[in-house]
Amino acid sequence: MRILALSGSLRGESYNTRLLRAASELAPPGIEVELYDGLASLPPYDADFDVEPAPAAVRDLRERIAAADALLISTPEYNGSIPGQLKNAVDWASRPFPANSLRNKPVALAGATQSAYGGMWAQTDLRRVLGITGARVVGEELPVAQVQTRFDDEGRLIDPEVRAHLIEHLELLAAEAQLTAAVTA
Amino acid sequence: MSVAEQTAQLIPVGTWKSDPVHSTVAFAVKHQIVATFRGKFSDFEATLVGGEEPKLTGVVKVASIVVEDENLYGHLLTPDFFDAERFPELRFESTSIDRDGDTFVADAELTVKGVTKPVTVKGTFAGPITDPWGGERLGLSLETTIDRTAYGIEWNTPLPGGGFAVSNDVALLAELELVKEQ
Repeated sequence: MRILALSGSLRGESYNTRLLRAASELAPPGIEVELYDGLASLPPYDADFDVEPAPAAVRDLRERIAAADALLISTPEYNGSIPGQLKNAVDWASRPFPANSLRNKPVALAGATQSAYGGMWAQTDLRRVLGITGARVVGEELPVAQVQTRFDDEGRLIDPEVRAHLIEHLELLAAEAQLTAAVTA
Repeated sequence: MSVAEQTAQLIPVGTWKSDPVHSTVAFAVKHQIVATFRGKFSDFEATLVGGEEPKLTGVVKVASIVVEDENLYGHLLTPDFFDAERFPELRFESTSIDRDGDTFVADAELTVKGVTKPVTVKGTFAGPITDPWGGERLGLSLETTIDRTAYGIEWNTPLPGGGFAVSNDVALLAELELVKEQ
């Protein structure tokens, strides 16, 4: 079971990326979490370039989503919504529509912010956007508020509740991916 | 007249299959509060069995939904709406049929998106007649209204002035021209 983890933040020390690294370490046996690191190299979506062959970074994104059994996305919240570069990735991945790499792909959401809210608006918007692409968004939002307090000095996720929620997300994704595989077999 | 004979007259004996060219299965839903949006399904089969135990059944392929925009078509097949990958068919199976002249009523189990609920469909019955090729045909015109959210189809979007873009109530309509199997 391969889960591709997408962080909506480009910052090197991003808490959202750290959350996904923690998910990778917490993954139960049989689940492998791979971090997507190509977000910064995606060009801005441009229908003029939305042709075959797609730009290399876009092709890589689509292939990695297609090869994954499920996605785990952790997003910051910018001005109450999804960061532009994450939305850009979803837009590229959603093409061609409707038969795109996201279609029927189980996706779970999380959001880390240093504020008291945990990026609920960004996650709500992301759920709506992914729904339109045809992705299968599962589970509840996972808002990790005041994320700076959830890691220790060594960068380890120490909050037991968040750790448990991440494991639940991974198990839910694995169960959905198995259902999807059974239906399409 | 015996009870059995009365029952037998409810629907003429035989198995009657929908003529796909001259039958329609459609839906109508309020859109943006003020208008009615209609769509239909192009791939379906309805079967009416007459005689002592009349039964009406139908199967509709979700992916055959016909709307005028490819993006809307794509969205309707996603888990936001029908989730066609997991639930590729809509199913209808009557549990009782009543006919009085041209008035037709059936209680049935309707399955949408994997959820089965009882519905009552009402409409008209016509025929049988003899078609130009010597076959027998009858007509059923049926309608019912369901709450789509009861079947897990909950997508919506709020309107600036209040209310939502798509009504929960959806009218289902079937205009069936049924041909008697030889």
